[in-house]
Amino acid sequence: MIPNDPFPSLQLTAAGQLKHFLTLDGLDRALLTDILDTADSFIEVGERRIKKVPLLRGRTVVNLFFESSTRTRSTFELAAKRLSADVLNLDISTSATSKGESLSDTLLNLEAMASDMFVVRHSQSGAPHFIAESVTPGVAIINAGDGRHAHPTQAMLDMLTIRQHKGGFEGLKVAIVGDILHSRVARSQIRALNTLGAEEVRVIAPGTLLPTDVEALGCRVEYDMAAGMKDLDVVIMLRLQKERMEGALLPSEREFYRLYGLSQDKLALANPECIVMHPGPINRGVEIESAVADGPQSVILNQVTNGIAVRMAVMSMAMSGQVAERGQNQAAGEQA
Amino acid sequence: MTALLNMDELLDQLEAGVRKHLQDRQIERPALIGIRTGGVWIADVLQKRLGLDEPYGELDISFYRDDFSRLGLNPRVKPSHLPFETEDRDVILVDDVIMSGRTIRAAMNEIFDYGRPASIILATLIDLGNRELPIHPDVVAQTLTLKESQRVKLRGPDPLRIEMRET
Repeated sequence: MIPNDPFPSLQLTAAGQLKHFLTLDGLDRALLTDILDTADSFIEVGERRIKKVPLLRGRTVVNLFFESSTRTRSTFELAAKRLSADVLNLDISTSATSKGESLSDTLLNLEAMASDMFVVRHSQSGAPHFIAESVTPGVAIINAGDGRHAHPTQAMLDMLTIRQHKGGFEGLKVAIVGDILHSRVARSQIRALNTLGAEEVRVIAPGTLLPTDVEALGCRVEYDMAAGMKDLDVVIMLRLQKERMEGALLPSEREFYRLYGLSQDKLALANPECIVMHPGPINRGVEIESAVADGPQSVILNQVTNGIAVRMAVMSMAMSGQVAERGQNQAAGEQA
Repeated sequence: MTALLNMDELLDQLEAGVRKHLQDRQIERPALIGIRTGGVWIADVLQKRLGLDEPYGELDISFYRDDFSRLGLNPRVKPSHLPFETEDRDVILVDDVIMSGRTIRAAMNEIFDYGRPASIILATLIDLGNRELPIHPDVVAQTLTLKESQRVKLRGPDPLRIEMRET
């Protein structure tokens, strides 16, 4: 577990602007709010007939996915395209690394293609940091999920969804339920909720699916779901990451669903206006009942729409920070 | 420098100019769009003065500026809001001040992403000259020539006033 990042300043310019987006650690409430506000403007763009703005026209964004993902990769791709960037999708499992090329050599080659941004997903925690440290100045790195460490764009799209439905974060009680142990999303969500001023963040899970010292992230642990659902405004279900399970962490899926699955009965214990979220892909009948996933309190599909807007915001802000850092803003002419 | 008209006179000029244009072009139901921030304030006044029932649109051109490579993104960008279809509409595009013409280019690009308007009339309160693009307003309340050290800015929305300052 990485409660605090060793290089929080790596992603900010001297003036405090975003230039990479690696983690939510070290980002203050004002900056997170800027991201949400900018994303709001991109939501409006997504409602137009032509859902495209020319911000990143002529720039090249490389989706560098060392670990497969359909939803995250496709929303990053769509986000980049809606910013008018050229997008290169690199599925590393089928490319040069399997022929023995090192990560550094792969990156050098991509930089030689005049890339402006790498969107990185990697099974190793810290891989995007490593790339950000070694990359040519001017190239922005966006973390699309690294190991068990962080998934900051997912957390920010969740925050955007919460803000849309709840108006803000003050006084909110939010629970994250399920496989916290394997979840980089949960780590980023807890960080974001605390930074944005939620009243209480709870994690609800069996002890075997909780990281040690999870309270240090800024949350309260609840092992009993019925108790944990009380007074909730937001419940975030996590996917049971079967592919990451080693050993006997769970008695059975059926047992897990009985204790921690979100059924209509359990949801009825929360506030009547409690919204239901899930980062997807959902395992119906494993962590969530279909009637809940498709029900009136579910905002799961809003999360997907918001994912595009948040990624457009983060990409344009990071590119903007890179521009500022290159000092090209000295010839600032006022536009009128 | 010529003396600046007072705000009521400026707005009278603008309204009269817009009315004449609408009449000449036989436009009965224009769609009003203001460019944030000053242009929106002017659009608000024009909507009332022209007696238009339809709400006006607000355009934030931050995503369409041509200087992203030098300045980056405006951190205070807000969503644009057009409460009507622009397709086949006669648009009155309103801004407070025109100089280089780059804002208007960006605004027109943005409007076309909502649909293809039948026409666009450009109305600005003040024209400072110094154009860098072949863009010319159809209606101007006052043309001003500033010294290099002078800046002009619309303050508002209530009351609206023109602020002149030396740099």
